[in-house]
Amino acid sequence: MSPAITHVHLAAGEASEHRPLIITLFAVFVAATLVITVWAGRQTKDAADFYAGGRQFTAFQNGLAVSGDYMSAASFLGIAGAIALFGYDGFLYSIGFLVAWLVALLLVAEPLRNSGRYTMGDVLAYRMRQRPVRTAAGTSTIVVSIFYLLAQMAGAGVLVSLLLGITSDGGKIGIVALVGVLMIVYVTIGGMKGTTWVQMVKAVLLIAGALLLTFLVLLKFHFNISDLLGSAADNSGKGSAFLEPGLKYGATGTTKLDFISLGIALVLGTAGLPHILIRFYTVPTAKAARKSVIWAIGLIGAFYLMTLALGFGAAALIKPDEIIASNKAGNTAAPLLALHLGGVDSNWGAILLATISAVAFATILAVVAGLTLASSSSFAHDIYANVIKKGTATEKQELGAARWATVGIGAVSIVLGALARDLNVAGLVALAFAVAASANLPTILYSLFWKRFTTSGALWSIYGGLVTAVGLVLFSPVVSGKPTSMFPDVDFHWFPLENPGIISIPVGFLLGVVGTLLSKETPDSGKYAELEVRSLTGTGAH
Amino acid sequence: MATDAPPPSKTEHRLPSTEEFVAVQESAEFGELRRSYRSFAFPLTVAFIAWYLLFVLLSSYAGDFMGTKLFGNVNVALGLGLAQFLTTFLIAWWTARHAADRLDPKAEAIKSRMEGGA
Repeated sequence: MSPAITHVHLAAGEASEHRPLIITLFAVFVAATLVITVWAGRQTKDAADFYAGGRQFTAFQNGLAVSGDYMSAASFLGIAGAIALFGYDGFLYSIGFLVAWLVALLLVAEPLRNSGRYTMGDVLAYRMRQRPVRTAAGTSTIVVSIFYLLAQMAGAGVLVSLLLGITSDGGKIGIVALVGVLMIVYVTIGGMKGTTWVQMVKAVLLIAGALLLTFLVLLKFHFNISDLLGSAADNSGKGSAFLEPGLKYGATGTTKLDFISLGIALVLGTAGLPHILIRFYTVPTAKAARKSVIWAIGLIGAFYLMTLALGFGAAALIKPDEIIASNKAGNTAAPLLALHLGGVDSNWGAILLATISAVAFATILAVVAGLTLASSSSFAHDIYANVIKKGTATEKQELGAARWATVGIGAVSIVLGALARDLNVAGLVALAFAVAASANLPTILYSLFWKRFTTSGALWSIYGGLVTAVGLVLFSPVVSGKPTSMFPDVDFHWFPLENPGIISIPVGFLLGVVGTLLSKETPDSGKYAELEVRSLTGTGAH
Repeated sequence: MATDAPPPSKTEHRLPSTEEFVAVQESAEFGELRRSYRSFAFPLTVAFIAWYLLFVLLSSYAGDFMGTKLFGNVNVALGLGLAQFLTTFLIAWWTARHAADRLDPKAEAIKSRMEGGA
């Protein structure tokens, strides 16, 4: 999102008048999802219910839920805002986010569904020594999810504060805490079943909201796309450059390289995101997992096409100064667009703004719930049950651990989210993708497709990818040395790029090979036969 | 979908032994399934990643070409961006068809024989 928000034009101006309406809609959504959660909680009896929603969701339901998990506030507000401010360069994000799904479809979703049970670690550890590999898988799952979570929590604070006109530190911390408490409730009570339904409701609301705004934008331009683009270019003050690459990333050789690094991280990160991967366990078969990815590609693709209309619509209808005054990163462009489409001084404008704001809030809540579930599942199933208890824990103990882990992760996120409320967290989502692509994807692919791959290969790849990605970010301008950094007053950066992917992803893949070739360990060929036959045919799948 | 399979977590399939898995892995039938899968998925993955990277590189280093107007205010950059969407949708559709025609029948035959307890 953005650094310290000093301009709260939207909040101080139009939004505060609509506060009662926005709060009512938020409350309706929260109440509805709590009812769903309690209902789902009553049906959650065993581990397969808690971790995998009983594996009885249909491909379409899971496709919706996957889309819900994936379309975070960063994609809705962030991409629309980036397009509104930077034109074409904002569009580049959505392309990477979408194309990435093909990796999941072609290489990961089905084999994972066939060979794992509850977590990503199940597949990584399948033919390896359980304890070290599960520890590594659990560690990287929690690191990736916490980075992602932090970005959403801090974003929630910024966004909701802005929309509700809350500017005090206490108010922002209160909102972060509220989001944290709600996500703990969703996950501990509803488990995967409740979380999946919340994702579905959110996905439907988000798509409906985007459809409505897209329709209204196109109506304004008599469904003439070329006119829309032309007005956006004129109104932006940048002319035809607004429709060409380069406004955001074209400045220097370094920013161009940074863009390539980001592009690689986006396209390879998705298939390594634990909260996305565990969604494939909620359907009964690999075939259903494949169909849910196909639904997700259709829904997410359609949604990103709509964000294009929203972003260019905002650029065409709102003065750039007004967008920047409301939020420097453009994160409030979509709600502002709703206000302008309805009419700034009319009730319609107020209602549309409130609706879109409530949808954005729903988006954040659902995504944080999905992330929390992924990390607490991995803690309970990989680390507690298989490493600490060495497989002797009862199902009841394991689920107890999962619920306590949820409370713990929720508490950690509230504290970190409150601390990070004024920091620039935009880098964190991209970092989560880079870490997922560097630490998780290589091991997933080698485990499934490379017979010789060994435990040390897996450990080298996971830890090496993780340390390289996180380390490079630590010494990048995201953390220090620039006015937009987390710590702008100190400078210890030496890595020039904001996204580490271009280095850390090849390192992750390479270390998997090096670790394997250097180890004297003989791979367990019987176990590989099991994994390979199982991953392609589903024999013995749970 | 929900009717495709009984609740999997609650039904205990007969789990074949490691020897059976090894025998199947070495069988011609499984070899053919693996070949149909890999010869489709691997080259296609390389192809779409290359196509995406080409697009990223053009966006970074070929600004003039990307700015060429196609019609109205639509330029090459937007056209290629939309083409990425189109190819993603097409590959998804093609994958679904390939899997249903070429992979699912073979996979199901092997699975039902192994779990049936031959």
